[in-house]
Amino acid sequence: MDILTLFVVIPVLTITCIILLKDTRQVRLVAAIGMGIQLTMAAVLVFLYLSARHAGNTAEMLFVGNHEWFKSLNIHYTVGVDGISVAMIALTSLVVFAGIFASWEVEFLTKEFFVSLILLATGVFGFFISIDLFTMFLFYELAVIPMYLLIGIWGSGPKDYSAMKLTLMLMGGSALLLLGILGIYFNSAPAGGRFTFNILEISKVSIPMSAQRIFFPLTFVGFGVLGALFPFHTWSPDGHASAPTAVSMLHAGVLMKLGGYGAFRVAIFLMPQAAHELSWIFIILTSISVIYGAFGAIAQKDLKYINAYSSVSHCGLVLFAVLMMNQTAMNGAIIQMISHGLMTALFFALIGMLYGRTHTRMINEMGGLMKVIPFLSVCYVIAGLASLGLPGLSGFVAEMTIFVGAFQHPDVFHRVVTIIAVSSIVITAVYILRVIAILLLGPTTNEHYEHLRDAKWFERVSAVTLIGSVAAIGLAPFWLSTMIGTSLQPIVDKILALNPF
Amino acid sequence: MSLENFSLMRHELLLIAAALLVLIAEIFWNPAKKRSISLFSIILFTLITVAGFIPSPSGTLFGGMYEVNSTRLLMKNILNIGVLLVFIQSVTWLNKEENSEKISEYFMLLISTLVGMNFMISSGHFLMFYLGIELATIPIAALAAYDRYRNNSAEAGIKLILSSALSSGILLFGLSMIYGTTGTFYFGEIAKLFINNNLQVLGFIFFFAGMAFKISIVPFHLWTADVYEGSPVNVTSYLSVISKGAAVFIFIIILFTVFPVIMATWQKTIYVTAILTMTIGNLFAIRQQNLKRFLAFSSISQAGYILLGFIGGNQLGMASVIYYVLVYIFSNLGAFGVVTAISNATGKENIEDYNGLYHTNPGLSLIMTLALFSLAGIPPVAGFFGKFFLFAAAAEKGYYLLVLIAVLNTIISLYYYLLVVKAMFINKSESPINKFRSDFPTRFALAICVAGIVVTGFASVLFEAIRSISFGV
Repeated sequence: MDILTLFVVIPVLTITCIILLKDTRQVRLVAAIGMGIQLTMAAVLVFLYLSARHAGNTAEMLFVGNHEWFKSLNIHYTVGVDGISVAMIALTSLVVFAGIFASWEVEFLTKEFFVSLILLATGVFGFFISIDLFTMFLFYELAVIPMYLLIGIWGSGPKDYSAMKLTLMLMGGSALLLLGILGIYFNSAPAGGRFTFNILEISKVSIPMSAQRIFFPLTFVGFGVLGALFPFHTWSPDGHASAPTAVSMLHAGVLMKLGGYGAFRVAIFLMPQAAHELSWIFIILTSISVIYGAFGAIAQKDLKYINAYSSVSHCGLVLFAVLMMNQTAMNGAIIQMISHGLMTALFFALIGMLYGRTHTRMINEMGGLMKVIPFLSVCYVIAGLASLGLPGLSGFVAEMTIFVGAFQHPDVFHRVVTIIAVSSIVITAVYILRVIAILLLGPTTNEHYEHLRDAKWFERVSAVTLIGSVAAIGLAPFWLSTMIGTSLQPIVDKILALNPF
Repeated sequence: MSLENFSLMRHELLLIAAALLVLIAEIFWNPAKKRSISLFSIILFTLITVAGFIPSPSGTLFGGMYEVNSTRLLMKNILNIGVLLVFIQSVTWLNKEENSEKISEYFMLLISTLVGMNFMISSGHFLMFYLGIELATIPIAALAAYDRYRNNSAEAGIKLILSSALSSGILLFGLSMIYGTTGTFYFGEIAKLFINNNLQVLGFIFFFAGMAFKISIVPFHLWTADVYEGSPVNVTSYLSVISKGAAVFIFIIILFTVFPVIMATWQKTIYVTAILTMTIGNLFAIRQQNLKRFLAFSSISQAGYILLGFIGGNQLGMASVIYYVLVYIFSNLGAFGVVTAISNATGKENIEDYNGLYHTNPGLSLIMTLALFSLAGIPPVAGFFGKFFLFAAAAEKGYYLLVLIAVLNTIISLYYYLLVVKAMFINKSESPINKFRSDFPTRFALAICVAGIVVTGFASVLFEAIRSISFGV
């Protein structure tokens, strides 16, 4: 068995163990241990990857494992990673690990909760290691469907509605994706020969332009639904607001990145000409996402809604950058995915912890929390500052790179949309600072809040893990961008060779 | 009759023997121990199922009226597996006091219909085909009316017999036109003599309509919901899985071998009916409260997806249809198995009765969820693979728009399948179904279904084996 398959096997084994256990505390412990091992594995993978690259291995994908599955259709179980997937795997394991600790106090059907949560994680890990479209799609759907139960059973507010809306919209996206994948498959051998689902093999052939024009939009929108592309983002605020803490973390932190990653790895990488030709439509849509999400966040009063709209804005920026199709912007897109993943997970974790204490998420019902719960409040400020792009934290590196990359396009259209998108930074500052001011500063408005307890140990583990990573990327972005950049180079070269500016 | 002939016809002959043995057992069995007839029939049938897998040569009998080859053999074996599951699922229900008098009838009638289906699948001649189809239908009508003291069961029986008589009439009318223009009923000769003139196409359309009745394709589906609701649950599951599967099998063989000349015509027909069947089946399923009606409409929409495998006339298409029917047998029987178990224990059949089921009966809820996800095509269970291959088969021939409509339909279907999941897991109930423990046969049958749902997808061997014996136009 190759090392990458372990990333699917470990969660599955963890699930099996959890199912066999009875005691709630053991269940939590096993979940934490399993995901701890997964986190260690991710660290090992990063190390192995870097040393392999350092040793001069220039293959496009490393640690490739290949097993034939459905012979007649040329479906393989093929895994492999480059710098981008390694970074995404590291992000996922961090967020899942933090998510387990953030849901330490789930009392109702604990076992089922952790099983669904880890099942979701299994889908995400499988997605990032796959380089065969069929298995990739399989894992993608596997990641979406546990969401229904997670939100429906353990959620809050109008959870029935939100869970159904989220599931149906995301599955609708994957329906378009299925069509896109079939279209790619049946056009993967224009010169004759066997059709293939292997991404690397397809990238070597040129899919006929007539097919690209149909299947690029399908694939891009299919992934875009998960990446909160306007106007298909409406599942996101409702879904995130109703979901339990760990699920919001995983969903905004990781699952939405599946959209960005897929749009990049499948839609643009495999169909670059159509991407180039049609990018203007999607650039306009993503610019709307960026601005609209930010304005939406200003208008909200519920902390989770604020953060959900903020995610729409930030994930819109990922797709925006990916569509710019040059080295700098795409590099920024990947860093933004990781940065936003960590930051938003931190946000949702903190909101969950606040809610657990104050039993409200409405900002105007809270106030002056800095005095009573300093640890959580400081964490919240750090998350906020990362979100609005303060230098020294990850958000700055990502957004800076994206906007520099986008502005490299010499034509008016790209520059105008870039300027529009940049303005989201200001709007972000407005809603972040406003929340911090109302929520944390000033006198304590509610006397019941005088006796709130600060973070418990498991909450600290969760928050510190995430803050540490956010700061690490912000202070030393170089190792990350190098790792991504070397893997991005051949992809961008291919795109630029086909579509020179 | 030589041993070789016996080997060719072993499915039918063994089944007939089994039906007679069950009747004889009924006469000589100790009346106090009537219930063990179930066990006797199941053991008999298990032996037949196993015997079906013994490899045998292809060949024809009765001057070409009866044909066997590996494709048809496999189809019969798949049906046998399904019927075996239905038998095991029926035991609890047959053990009830009111059914103790007519256990052997149940098995005898079901076996007779299966004989009819086997003859139908093996036919090489339209008369043989017609005999098979009638033998397959009429005993089912008796079974639908099995609970004769219940009005709607009797109603289901009469509705089934009337509508199938009508559809047989239409089918025969079509066949008579085909006979009139070609002068033969042999499949092979019709294929050669078919020249696509208007009368022949009209004959084909009537034939199509007749088959559409059996598979319950829209707009010939109206009998389905009432009959499914009125019949006893086990008969319903038999109707929705085995009857439908058998009709699908012979229909695809006839389309591919007898009517390749007018492929363009039947592709258009199937295109329209597939869209109608999926969409209408799904839209009507949303509103259903009774789970049997719910599954009836869901099975209509499933037939719509199956038609996607027909349309390309390709090898992948036939393989995906056979494979999907196999997957569908496990998934639908899984869902019906849970409905049966709960209906036997409590008599409840409505979705709202299932509120909070997970808290009292987690096992049944999980099986139901697995089965429904398989029907909806959610990975990693078998339904996902089945749907993927069906859609791939249509996409291979460029029917992308049809595939788009189909995938959008799967979203609608996901909605109503999730409603049941929601009832079981999320909804709260004042008076949930009490915790109960099903007896061994029920649990055994459900275990087989779960194994089928999980394994059929991952085990690529199965699909490859089916593909290797499929053929295109």
